[in-house]
Amino acid sequence: MTRFLAITRAEMLILRRNRWLFMATLIMVLFALALTFAGSAPTGTLGVDMLTVSVASMTTLSVYLAPLLALMISFDAIAGESDRGSLALILTYPAGRGEILMGKFTAHLAALSFAMIVGFGTAGAVAAWFGGAGAESVLALIRLILTSILLGAVFLALGYLMSSLAGGATAAAGLSAGLWLIFVVLYDLGLLGAVVMDQSGGFTQSVFPWVMVANPADAFRLWNIAGSEGVAITSGMTGVAQALPVWAAPASLLLWPVLAFTLARLAFRRVEP
Amino acid sequence: MTDKALSIENVQKDRGKTRVLHDITLSLKPGERVALLGHNGAGKSTLIKAILGLIPHEAGTIRIGDAIPGSGTARQDTAYLPEAVSFHPALTGREQLTLFARLSGQKADIEGLLSRVGLGDAMDRRIGAYSKGMRQRLGLAQVLLGQPKLALLDEPTSGLDPISRQDLYAIIDELAGQGTAVLIASHALTEVEARTDRIAILRKGRLVADDTLANLSEAAGLPIRLRVRAAQNPDALAQAMGGTRVNGASVEILCAPDQKMQALRHIASMGDAVADLDMTPPRLEDLYRHFAQEDLS
Repeated sequence: MTRFLAITRAEMLILRRNRWLFMATLIMVLFALALTFAGSAPTGTLGVDMLTVSVASMTTLSVYLAPLLALMISFDAIAGESDRGSLALILTYPAGRGEILMGKFTAHLAALSFAMIVGFGTAGAVAAWFGGAGAESVLALIRLILTSILLGAVFLALGYLMSSLAGGATAAAGLSAGLWLIFVVLYDLGLLGAVVMDQSGGFTQSVFPWVMVANPADAFRLWNIAGSEGVAITSGMTGVAQALPVWAAPASLLLWPVLAFTLARLAFRRVEP
Repeated sequence: MTDKALSIENVQKDRGKTRVLHDITLSLKPGERVALLGHNGAGKSTLIKAILGLIPHEAGTIRIGDAIPGSGTARQDTAYLPEAVSFHPALTGREQLTLFARLSGQKADIEGLLSRVGLGDAMDRRIGAYSKGMRQRLGLAQVLLGQPKLALLDEPTSGLDPISRQDLYAIIDELAGQGTAVLIASHALTEVEARTDRIAILRKGRLVADDTLANLSEAAGLPIRLRVRAAQNPDALAQAMGGTRVNGASVEILCAPDQKMQALRHIASMGDAVADLDMTPPRLEDLYRHFAQEDLS
């Protein structure tokens, strides 16, 4: 127990010292604030408060940014140690591989959570101050923060998976970039293509929503949209959300961290330092 | 219970289709210092990683005391210094060693250990600013954590200056003195020569020698080199003694260890014709060449 915490403490020190925590938080705050102000125009026409619009914009932002920030910390976790030669050393200590991975995960997730809470929290507070907020929009903001952390957890674990599979840190960085591109950009493009090709509409109506929700990034989006009527109106993505049962997106986003972490653990077991 | 700190019996290891360790049998008693010599790729690091349980082996048994490699007890009892190790550049030496102490579950005197390896002044600086030798010292400091029963040092002197090497061997002696069995994989033959109890030589994954330096010299039967400086006429001297002339005034004679005294008597009988005499017994380097390279050509 104390062993995994020892790893966590050291990783937290590293994140603080190499400015990752500072930079990630800064990026989150700046982007969230920019989107809040830029996206504040349609409040009047849609009849929702400014925080709702802000949450809708930040949801789109988080789909891209949460996986990216997560992968940026995690790709180096195993491959970097392996490059430095310290992986072999740390594995000769009584801590097990599971403890090492869990220790890093805890630290990285804490740092990511900090950046999310500060970033979205600041933007949310500013939006509420200038444009008003209701109970529902505050709930939407909290949901956004929590689901962003979950999405980050998925990509942290996927980053460890890439880090275990790649031979070195450079290859791990490349694999992680590819992974981000596939999950966040290409997957949706592929689905879009499939919908366009689908003449009869059978795929679009019955299969498509499920394929979409299987991607954690889309599950994140759907959960936030389905959860709040106001957010759904502003984002214009109600169709898919209504085609699925309420539990589908949360189930996907809650299962993914477990699945990804298990895969990473299995891949890490096979790493010969 | 066994009285051995490490016992390796008939261990084999394959990498794909190539066998990288052939039937290795080697044991270390507590407090023993053994040098493991061999060319690059002879299998030194592979053997060490097998002992650590980092990689599986195909056949044979390895025990650290009574424990299986990689088991909790074995990890607790073993210390390891990887070859050319580095650590996260953002941490300080103190933080890195604290992490290792916590991982091993030991209450350790971090500052004392860092001072012991000569990092007393640098312990609060980042490892990123350390020289290669300083990182090696930090690696050595974690070997000293918690009195291991077995220490495996992979090329511990690489990157160290001569004075640091002396310190290193002093620390190794200290470890051996407290009962730790120390296995040192090394290229630095001359240092190992004076500082170890036994020498094991690996060639292409086979253990070709495992004995004390004296016994190995005897087994190898390498000649002793006598260099005689002639007072006046080196050619005549060379002819009289049956040696070869070298650098103008000297004659070199190679003789087997059991004929040494006879040769010396012969030289003494020459009287004034001999101005000086140098005698060189076979060094570890010659031995190493003998064991590590025979039938290589």
